[in-house]
Amino acid sequence: MPFQLPAEVPLSWYLILSAILFVTGAAGFLIRRNIITVFMCIELMLNAVNLTFISFSNALGKVDGHIFSFFVMVVAAAEAAVGLAIILTVFKNRATLEIDEVSSLKL
Amino acid sequence: MFDVPLFLTFAAIAVACAINLVLQTHPISSALSLVGVMGSLAVLYLLLGGQFIAAVQLIVYAGAIMVLFVFVIMLLNAGAEKRPSRRVLGAAVALPLLFTAAALGAVMITTQIPKTAAVKFGAFQLGGAASIGRELFTRYLLPFEVTSILILIAILGAIVLARKEI
Repeated sequence: MPFQLPAEVPLSWYLILSAILFVTGAAGFLIRRNIITVFMCIELMLNAVNLTFISFSNALGKVDGHIFSFFVMVVAAAEAAVGLAIILTVFKNRATLEIDEVSSLKL
Repeated sequence: MFDVPLFLTFAAIAVACAINLVLQTHPISSALSLVGVMGSLAVLYLLLGGQFIAAVQLIVYAGAIMVLFVFVIMLLNAGAEKRPSRRVLGAAVALPLLFTAAALGAVMITTQIPKTAAVKFGAFQLGGAASIGRELFTRYLLPFEVTSILILIAILGAIVLARKEI
């Protein structure tokens, strides 16, 4: 029996896509060393969670998931402003963007 | 009727851009890949009936936040990462664990979510600015006001961090 495309997109496809994006972001967070790229991987994880919120909002027929993802976007904007300011300060003081070299809090 | 091909196309673009984000060594390439992920996610939000969130995704995320990222990358003149990474052992342990977790999550999703739960395009009518605004200013009024304090703190933090003498 050949694989038949469904007429409508199942809800699970959206959730699986969200899981794939989240895991990709987490993997990038672990293996990358450039502090800006690590920060972008965090944004990718936030986006994956937003997709889950919107999918369940659609499945339940309620608008609350949209509100939550709206708040996630606000928090992400605030986090980006503060985080990039921290990155600028780190670069000003140490002239490096490698996260392995910023280890003065290490025991 | 077009939503399955549209979903598959933009899901493939999103996954490809996300993997490209992780694999590229130069931060600018990663930033452009992240813009690709955000744009395709905006299309998926439209398929899910979230017009307002799709617009906010493009304006706030792909517009404002990514411009901030590209601005910082250009300002710091960030070059490509030096290869090979010293964290080979950590990656060798963490990546299989992560992808096993993702596979387990996919199995759980496909078994727990009922097969009939499908996203019918056009069935969800609450994604416009009117219904979101009504909910935001009635039931979620307190979180909305607390958010303004959060943004105020973020502004103050950014100003303090950007001073000369730190």
